Amino acid sequence: MSQQPRTLYEKVWHDHVVSRRDDGTSLIWIDRHLIHEVTTPQAFEGLRIAGRRLRRPDLTLAVPDHNVPTRDRRLPNPDPESTTQLAMLESNCAEFGVELIDIHAAEQGIVHVIGPEQGFTLPGLTIVCGDSHTATHGAFGALAFGIGTSEIEHVFATQTLLLRQAKTMEVRVTGTLGFSVTAKDVALAIIGRLGTAGGTGYVVEYTGEVIRDLSIEGRMTVCNMAIEGGARSGMVAPDEKTFAYLRGRPRAPTGARWDAAVAYWRTLPSDAGAAYDATLTIDGSEIAPQVTWGTSPEDVVPITGRVPAPDSFADAGKRDAALRSLAYMDLAPGTRLQDVAVENVFIGSCTNSRIEDLRAAAAVAKGRHIASNIRQALVVPGSGLVKRQAEAEGLDRIFTEAGFDWREPGCSMCLSMNPDRVPAGERCASTSNRNFVGRQGPGARTHLLSPAMAAAAAVTGRLTDVRELMG
Amino acid sequence: MQAFDTLTGIAVPFGAANVDTDAIIPARFLKTVTRTGLGRGAFAALRENPDNLFDSPRNAGAPILIAGDNFGCGSSREHAPWALADLGFRTVIAPSFADIFAGNAFKNGLLLVVLPQAQIDRLMAIAGEHEITVDLENQVVTTPFQDRFAFEIDPFRKACLLGGLDEIGLTTQMEGEIAAYEARLQRERPWAA
Ligand code: SF4
Repeated sequence: MSQQPRTLYEKVWHDHVVSRRDDGTSLIWIDRHLIHEVTTPQAFEGLRIAGRRLRRPDLTLAVPDHNVPTRDRRLPNPDPESTTQLAMLESNCAEFGVELIDIHAAEQGIVHVIGPEQGFTLPGLTIVCGDSHTATHGAFGALAFGIGTSEIEHVFATQTLLLRQAKTMEVRVTGTLGFSVTAKDVALAIIGRLGTAGGTGYVVEYTGEVIRDLSIEGRMTVCNMAIEGGARSGMVAPDEKTFAYLRGRPRAPTGARWDAAVAYWRTLPSDAGAAYDATLTIDGSEIAPQVTWGTSPEDVVPITGRVPAPDSFADAGKRDAALRSLAYMDLAPGTRLQDVAVENVFIGSCTNSRIEDLRAAAAVAKGRHIASNIRQALVVPGSGLVKRQAEAEGLDRIFTEAGFDWREPGCSMCLSMNPDRVPAGERCASTSNRNFVGRQGPGARTHLLSPAMAAAAAVTGRLTDVRELMG
Repeated sequence: MQAFDTLTGIAVPFGAANVDTDAIIPARFLKTVTRTGLGRGAFAALRENPDNLFDSPRNAGAPILIAGDNFGCGSSREHAPWALADLGFRTVIAPSFADIFAGNAFKNGLLLVVLPQAQIDRLMAIAGEHEITVDLENQVVTTPFQDRFAFEIDPFRKACLLGGLDEIGLTTQMEGEIAAYEARLQRERPWAA
């Protein structure tokens, strides 16, 4: 009797069921728990109040990232509340025996950058973190998703979560990408098609030639933004590229264990004929560099496009939302995106702060200078190791000579919990993942785009088609 | 978690509809490191008015809040139930609650009672002067005037609240299965364990 063909998600889910309950939920084992300073203090407090221990500190890894300053770390932190949260993370980790990559460590960085970098992230694992962009780790064929503070405490105490199995969606990106079109453009184009709620209730598996051809870092960028399409998790089947990326990483298995792991990982890709509950196919060769015009990631158009008229939306709710977006963004319908001037540029965040992202931005910045209307242009590497690698390649000098600010790693202007902010009423060309109202500072106007496009905007002072600049 | 059985006490007749979690606890209070102490930020905007319901001496220590439709809508912050609990509330009675808020409230031992608007109106009228009783076991809200308002509640949530069992407490009861899984993982996928 042959088993029914299963998807990647179904295999990983099945291998993590501790117990099935009558009400349709299952108790699921959690292999890895990444934690940071902002969403954990109350979870540790809960353990303390209930007199519970942290069940598997060895499967937990802590790193401060959300509100760390990105200027010289030897200087005092200007924000007392952030100082308290950082100190709490240290003392909580010490009390409960959790390993902490501290703020001064060379490996410190954004949780979703350091997990893969350290080989903490592996294919076929369940990975959670109190941050909604945890799906990033799905690029390795892991089932990774963001959780709330009560769930963090639940994982601390039991190393499990009570979950309901999700529906599956295949997002197939066919063909080959054009010149200067990147993983970020693919991610934005998918959200444009799916809408911000299109993936709600689903785990998305990204397939097709374009996804196969992407580097591991590019796959991380695509999975990172699964939540912006409403899906709690996005996944890509592991392949030889995945194994090559992980081999020799500090926390990856070695020797016979490595071989056994790879043998298991090879069984994970979806079986031929496995059925998905929904499928979306996108022709990758038709994707142009993308840029958002509104206050939701689905408000996205090709850089060659124009700001849409609210009337062009059939749905009344969408029309209202577009009106509000345009008022907040101070944009008139019909405006060419390429005519929109920006004052700020942010290259960073767990979406686009890895070495390939910095190389792509540096290639544009090289030999050029930021435009006179640019007030701040930050480059914030995703981790200390990315920073060091970039410096070894001379990318920092390219950026600083071009007038960019080269910073210490952290979340920075992605959510502006630290001093890195976009001033009210100003625009920012940003490689992060959310263009929500006030996300980059009260009154800040965000345009999401790729690292190369962000660098292009920096040197011209307006949203720019990087293909024209580099062609 | 504190077990919930029968609660008799003063009810704050708040009654407003579509109260979002930003109103319950504004974002500027989120940089905290404890669940406790958020009471000082609870309903901060409303409480700028010195004559507000929450700080009136008559309502001091009131464990019951009577609210309007769609209470707790908006951002998913778990700080909202934490702030209500810190103000001393153990139950909120309203015609309806927002979904995510309801989940968060339950996870933090806050009982939500849904009653039709007419019964809410009656409770609002009584609340200022007399105590109200919420009996979870028998699923009924009573007043000193022989009012008996029955309410529905998910049996799982009811059992958890009555037993003072939080989800973690329940999961801990499955320790045998968890340990068995852990041992199997160690054998079958040692690199993951
Ligand atoms: S960079 Fe932004 S999205 Fe990523 S972990 Fe930090 S705050 Fe979250």
